[in-house]
Amino acid sequence: MRTIYILWVRQLKRFTRKKASLVGALGQPVIFLFAFGFGLSPIYEKAGGGSYIQFIAPGIIAMTILFTSIFTGVEIIWDKQFGFLKETFVAPVSRIEIFLGKTLGGMTVAVIQGLLVFLITLIAGFRPQSFAMLPLAFGFLLLVAFLFSALGTTIAARLDDMQSFPLIINFIIQPLFYLSGALFPVHGLVKALDIITKINPLTYGVDGMRYALSGSNVFSPVLSASVLVGVSIITVGVGLYQFSKIEL
Amino acid sequence: MIEVKNVTKKFGDFKAVDNISFKVESGEVFAFLGPNGAGKTTTIKMLTTLLRPTEGEIFLDGHNVIADPSATRRSFGIVFQDPSLDNELTAYENMQLHAVLYGVSKKDYLKRIPKLLELVELIDRKDAFVKNFSGGMKRRLEIARGLLHHPKVLFLDEPTIGLDPQTRNHMWNYIHNLNKEEKVTIFFTTHHMEEVERMAQKIAIIDNGKIIEYGTPEHIKKKGGSESLEDAFIALTGKQIRAEEGDMSKNLMRTAAKMMK
Repeated sequence: MRTIYILWVRQLKRFTRKKASLVGALGQPVIFLFAFGFGLSPIYEKAGGGSYIQFIAPGIIAMTILFTSIFTGVEIIWDKQFGFLKETFVAPVSRIEIFLGKTLGGMTVAVIQGLLVFLITLIAGFRPQSFAMLPLAFGFLLLVAFLFSALGTTIAARLDDMQSFPLIINFIIQPLFYLSGALFPVHGLVKALDIITKINPLTYGVDGMRYALSGSNVFSPVLSASVLVGVSIITVGVGLYQFSKIEL
Repeated sequence: MIEVKNVTKKFGDFKAVDNISFKVESGEVFAFLGPNGAGKTTTIKMLTTLLRPTEGEIFLDGHNVIADPSATRRSFGIVFQDPSLDNELTAYENMQLHAVLYGVSKKDYLKRIPKLLELVELIDRKDAFVKNFSGGMKRRLEIARGLLHHPKVLFLDEPTIGLDPQTRNHMWNYIHNLNKEEKVTIFFTTHHMEEVERMAQKIAIIDNGKIIEYGTPEHIKKKGGSESLEDAFIALTGKQIRAEEGDMSKNLMRTAAKMMK
């Protein structure tokens, strides 16, 4: 436990000391919120979808969580390059503790960013449907943050340098986000897109958050939570296996 | 304390370490010498569970290093040849993190950290970020960190690279005491033969992945036909200058290994 705790603290210290990246990470959701939120709002309302801000705000929060948690997980490539991972790997602690310390640290950082973006959506005019549902929304936030932080760490376990970083952005993060139902409703889609969105775990995270925050959903919240937990368990399993294979 | 039996490590077709065997007794100060690229760091990485040997067996403090790496990790400490600090943390935070990872009690580390930072003359920079440190300061911090917990075996992979004579002297004194008072077995590599003269009880010389000589300093000198260890070393390993060791050659080896697949 001490190991997980100290690695978690390390992650938070690194985060709070990098003010530039904190502000930088808020830039994207703000642009999305204003460009899409206000840009598409008139069409969306004409089409009878109700308020687009109400619809897109949970998606933007999920996006923030997705990006931040994967980025923080992927930071382990830096730890490899700067040698710090060696220091943790020869220490008498289990790889499970290292993996969890890293993942929980990334999760916490992502949750903080997510909450900041939630505040920004409030400024932009978003109103949660009920305050009683906020704890549930927070629960989904935690699940999504944990899953993608673990995924980032797992991916990075296989990679040796930052040159693969664009690959991660373009082939993992972007598809996960754009094909998740964060920006558009996931019912009545063409078959291919329908299938893709349904195998994308972020879809369930967005749907769960949208249920709790805006009161609209496609899947039952129990199903959404179960999918997130299930995929998290698989990801952690794969991640731990990858960790046991790392040679430095 | 350490027993290496017929260990080979291949990267693709390249044999970095070729069927080596040796023993290090408990409480011994053991120098592992060899020219650049001879296989020293690869061997240390195998001894410290970071690399798996292609063939052979290694035992450390009674643990089977390959079969049971996590139990093995409780028995040793290491100062790496290349940097392994967290640049975004302060010197003190790096020390503290290490103490927690190695299960040093708070009572002990509150006492030891200032003492060790004093030893390497970084005490007045303890709250400075490591990213602002010079190469020599980082090196000193690595040494202090490596000495923070008192393991059964301490590995030092070219610990004195880039250190001034004062710090080198402090460091070896501290290690000498650690060895004498706490019976810590010391396993080190270096290119400075005067350090070997001063510290080592046993020496193994590795070249091109093979152990070419093993014994006491007197034995090595006799074999090399010289009164000085430096001359004996050169006589045994030849005068030719070797390819640079470290990341570059490792990457080359790995690239070669990947191409073979």
